[in-house]
Amino acid sequence: MPSVTLSLNQRAALLSIVMLVVGLLIWEAAIPAQKAATELTEYERLMGLGEARAGVPPPSQVIAKAWEQLSNPFYDAGPNDKGIGIQIGYSIYRVLSGYLMAALVAIPLGFLIGMSPVAYKALNPFIQVLRPISPLAWMPLALFIIQDSEASAIFVIFICSIWPMLINTAFGVAGVRADWVNVARTHELGAFRTAFTVILPAAAPTIITGMRISIGIAWLVIVAAEMLVGGTGIGYYVWNEWNNLDLTSVIFSILMIGVVGMMLDSAFGLLQRTVAYVE
Amino acid sequence: MSKPYLSIERLTQQFPDGQGGTMTVFENASFGIEKGEFVCILGHSGCGKSTIMNILAGLAEPTSGVVKMDGFGVSGPSLDRGVVFQNYSLLPWLSALKNVIFGVKARYPKWSRARVEEHARQYLAMVGLEGDVVHRKPSQLSGGMRQRVSIARAFANHPKLLLLDEPFGALDALTRGTIQDELLKIWGGTEQTVFMITHDIDEAILLADRILLMTNGPFARVAESVEITIPRPRDRTSIIEHPNYYAIRNHLVQFLGKRSKELSGKPSEGQDQRPETVRIDLTAKEDSQPDPDSDGAPRRLRAVND
Repeated sequence: MPSVTLSLNQRAALLSIVMLVVGLLIWEAAIPAQKAATELTEYERLMGLGEARAGVPPPSQVIAKAWEQLSNPFYDAGPNDKGIGIQIGYSIYRVLSGYLMAALVAIPLGFLIGMSPVAYKALNPFIQVLRPISPLAWMPLALFIIQDSEASAIFVIFICSIWPMLINTAFGVAGVRADWVNVARTHELGAFRTAFTVILPAAAPTIITGMRISIGIAWLVIVAAEMLVGGTGIGYYVWNEWNNLDLTSVIFSILMIGVVGMMLDSAFGLLQRTVAYVE
Repeated sequence: MSKPYLSIERLTQQFPDGQGGTMTVFENASFGIEKGEFVCILGHSGCGKSTIMNILAGLAEPTSGVVKMDGFGVSGPSLDRGVVFQNYSLLPWLSALKNVIFGVKARYPKWSRARVEEHARQYLAMVGLEGDVVHRKPSQLSGGMRQRVSIARAFANHPKLLLLDEPFGALDALTRGTIQDELLKIWGGTEQTVFMITHDIDEAILLADRILLMTNGPFARVAESVEITIPRPRDRTSIIEHPNYYAIRNHLVQFLGKRSKELSGKPSEGQDQRPETVRIDLTAKEDSQPDPDSDGAPRRLRAVND
């Protein structure tokens, strides 16, 4: 018998598939079959149990739902019935706008804090107090001041993604090796060229790590924020389907949140690899 | 008397000693370096060699005293003073070639991209780095290769003064030998003025026109300036047969082993601390003046610098 040697990755992939299949089978088997209406007693029928009961759906139904939704992701049949693609699109739009604004503030400010010990010490107390605030705690204030639920959601994303980027940028910039800065000094580079040709590439891996943490947090927060502000977005979709008692859609959208989050994270993982260097 | 090309005048460096007082590393140190000269400075750790180097590079400020180059006082780092650091200080995210280009671009901002690259490649080739190797990142190069890149970067910028801070300190003896030869070769073609820190006596004799000897700190001073009376071009295998080699070497060993301690710890009391010139030349016996001491010890012909 020829021996088959699988690589580590192949064995891991095989194991993943086995776990997925076993998990789905257990889930499928654990859902009790609903009684047919003819087998119900008079009392049960009076209690309304003849209706399709809202139970946790089996994976087969979720897969069917996923197929149905993903084969037409961008349909728009009114405010409460939009395709999953449209909902996710709204969420990504909000995350990216809040996130980009945060990056525009956090990275230059982090540079300043990292370069100047005075600025670091002066701003540190504010950062330490503002950072642990749950982003959703800002929501009422944002709604009152901004007077617009859409912009408030973006503001919440802004405020939650700013901290990891700010702190990592400051940390990365402050940690640039003195030798490299001395190279810039002995080559008479001005402040701007030093910042762009020496400090930025030296601190880039730390900065991108901060950006990666931020995008993760932003994606976590957008779901909660959209449940609050409503209207559109994947968070609203989950909540709306819960109100519709459509648990199949709830489970499907939970999975979609995970998949999109993973894709955002891998995009930054890719970026991280391109700026990485070995000392 | 005319001023030397690089003139260090009454340089003093003091640091707080942590108990409210001051610790004087060196005081009123004064010496000069001529254009095109290769000068090594030898001394024990902690005597302030690196401090002098950092002051010359403009990376540190002395407590008092001035450094004049070509008649002008210098302050702050400048492209006129290139530095090769012991830890290479290459930018790890750039390839070897890009590291040299980084320097050339800073020095000659008006050059075209092609000209900058050609110039960088030419200097890398001078230290024996050609072909695909120049596209490697520093982490993919051996220590010796990294230091070659660093030397190429410094020479490519044609600084008026090249400062080498123990450039071969982290290399193994064989690699060190090869790169010393390369340094000699590249230096020979450029008339570059070089000031170099080293801990290696043989390296100093091979490379230098003159060796400055520092006493131990605190209150360290540049006590002697020993001329290396071995003609160039020098070769590591043949210089040891030169009659002056061991005489000079013994003098240096004796200084570092014994007199660096005896001479240390004396405040200058406001005097200029100029090194005494020491010239050891056994080959010039016949045309030198009659030697008073003939007890077999290496002959020293001393002349005070000014």
